[in-house]
Amino acid sequence: MTTVSLPTRKPGRNRSAVATTLLLLGAAYCLLPVLWVLIASSKSAGELFSTFTLAPSTHLFDNIAELSGYRDGLYWRWMANTALYAGVGAAASTLISAMAGYALAKFDFPGKGTIFNIILAGVLVPGVILAIPQYLLLAKLGMTNTYWAVLLPSFISPYGIYLARIFAAAAVPTEILEASRIDGAGDWRTFAKVVLPMMRTGLVTVFLFQFVAIWNNFMLPYIMLGDDKLYPITVGLNGLLNQGASQPAMYTSVITGALISIVPLIALFLTLQRYWQVDLAAGGVKA
Amino acid sequence: MNKKFVPFAAALTAAALLSVTACSSSDDSDSGSSDEPVSLTYWSWTPNMDKVVDAWNAKNPNIQIVVNKQDGGDPAVTKLLTAIQAGSGAPDIMQAEYQKVPTLVSADAIADISAEVGDLKAKFPDGVWNGVTLGSDAVYGVPQDSAPLMFFYRSDVFEKNGLEAPKTWDDYAAAAEKIHKADPKQYIGTFSATDAGLFTGLAQQAGASWWGVNGDAWSVNINEPATQKVAAYWGGLVEKGVVDNKPMYTPDWNAALNDGTQVGWVSAVWAPGVLEGSAADTKGKWKVAAMPQWDAAAPATGNWGGSATSVTTQSKHPKQAAEFVSWLNTDPEALKLLANTANVYPASTDATALLTEPPAFLSEQADYYAIAAEAAKAAKPFTYGPNVNVAYSSFNDAFAKAAEAKKASAFTEALTTMQQTTVDDLKKAGFNVAG
Repeated sequence: MTTVSLPTRKPGRNRSAVATTLLLLGAAYCLLPVLWVLIASSKSAGELFSTFTLAPSTHLFDNIAELSGYRDGLYWRWMANTALYAGVGAAASTLISAMAGYALAKFDFPGKGTIFNIILAGVLVPGVILAIPQYLLLAKLGMTNTYWAVLLPSFISPYGIYLARIFAAAAVPTEILEASRIDGAGDWRTFAKVVLPMMRTGLVTVFLFQFVAIWNNFMLPYIMLGDDKLYPITVGLNGLLNQGASQPAMYTSVITGALISIVPLIALFLTLQRYWQVDLAAGGVKA
Repeated sequence: MNKKFVPFAAALTAAALLSVTACSSSDDSDSGSSDEPVSLTYWSWTPNMDKVVDAWNAKNPNIQIVVNKQDGGDPAVTKLLTAIQAGSGAPDIMQAEYQKVPTLVSADAIADISAEVGDLKAKFPDGVWNGVTLGSDAVYGVPQDSAPLMFFYRSDVFEKNGLEAPKTWDDYAAAAEKIHKADPKQYIGTFSATDAGLFTGLAQQAGASWWGVNGDAWSVNINEPATQKVAAYWGGLVEKGVVDNKPMYTPDWNAALNDGTQVGWVSAVWAPGVLEGSAADTKGKWKVAAMPQWDAAAPATGNWGGSATSVTTQSKHPKQAAEFVSWLNTDPEALKLLANTANVYPASTDATALLTEPPAFLSEQADYYAIAAEAAKAAKPFTYGPNVNVAYSSFNDAFAKAAEAKKASAFTEALTTMQQTTVDDLKKAGFNVAG
């Protein structure tokens, strides 16, 4: 046995070294830009393009103060707007996805296949393409340049519905639904008390996806909004770079603003991470 | 194909359900009486415009102006045109660059306010006033700022090389060569293929006027002798390698201004603000002079930027809007605020008396605004057409290749491309094109 196991162990060790190197490279590839933002946001405007790229400086708090001072703290309003768009949008979208996914997975009704195929097709259409038609529709309703203009289109996420359907099919056994019906629970009660808790881990995934998508969304709010008090961070920071030819672009503030804007995302991922781990484990067992 | 519209049909249903609450977001009343309190929105990208407007709001409780700050230039115009096409969502008042006025007029986006503002012609230089009337009896806005071209240079570097500010373009070419020979890293300037506005100003100085109105037809004269002269001149300098070929407004360019490898800049009256932001370390070393000339006996210049304030066709209160627009750009109190708080160079001739202190970045240059006023008077007439955006993006494409190739012949060929693209687009859009 030992003579057999020796040659198999060696390539195994080599393979893991290669894998480790690849993963380290991947990690460096992903983390270097973040490191750059971190270092660049510590530089003053004069140092930004003149000192060595990876040499940090000491002006981070000056930069944050300057950013906060821009038009009476408008940046923090953008931050609050982004939290509102992403928080409310993702929560509503998750609820709608859960309902739609559950219905598609567990109920039989005419046209079910067609509806699901249409939603699948919707997954393939990038949201950017829909931004202009959505603008024209909301303009007819006189709702452009309001919070609703950004919130409403983000409520429906075909990908979220698709994920929720897959997850409902796998995680909610039909027997439990039958048991709940026999016990006298109506459809709403079954959905709220039985189905939702069982789908929780999957819905966290849907929520996170949609939250990040809305947080980083640029095109939709860029087209919809004209009042910079309604802007999310993405559109606001873009404005600081495009001041027109007669104004210098505010690079330092934009870089600092970008750094601050990823902090809530990191915090969200760290808090919701445990649900993801459960989710992956649960999926592994069922497969 | 219909499948892709499903998510958005669902959004429509949701929108219809919520529209009852959303309707309250519009605060316009339907009556046009000027006694009714109204709230008007104003799109502008001028910094601190909200502070200028505060002075008006304090005195006019019935006409309250709300400033929505926009991204500079093109994006705001695109947004306005989209809103006009959609039928709602446009502001009442809009900052409109002179080169965009014909576009906005032909899209029926900005209104004729000649009846509301009365006779303001005498308060502005003729060239500027022409920019808002397009030579007709209509008035499509009140001029806010003008931006005559001047020449900014590092006086210390020029002195070290024994040079004066160039009086003619021949002087400029000689200075370019001398500076680059003395220090191969230094350039007197760069030819930027991303700044069509500057090139337009240079062509304007040479006597070009790219568009024209002949009866009911537009004419396009981009590939004409004056512009060819300018293109060949810059192409020659780039081919020789004595002028850089990198675009402006990039991090590299900022760094080059700051570390002293770019030692001159043909720019407009607003340049000190940009230099202060991108080349803070060089404070006190810059000076300004009138533009180098083609013919020193007949000084001329062009513009780079400058804008008017217009009332949109979607405004329900054009009378009140026009009242504000007229105050903003002609009232002495407003002009003072525009110059000192918003840092614009007011177009009104009354403003010259108000501008006595030079900009902080060029604090040594006591005659800064005297030079600017001379330049403003020397601006040559220039007519913009309804598809400036197309001509400009064609400039970007064609001249980017020419600047990359570093061949003078490529610069003049790029004009052929620009001319063709601009004419084709006008025809395609359904305009009559003469010639």
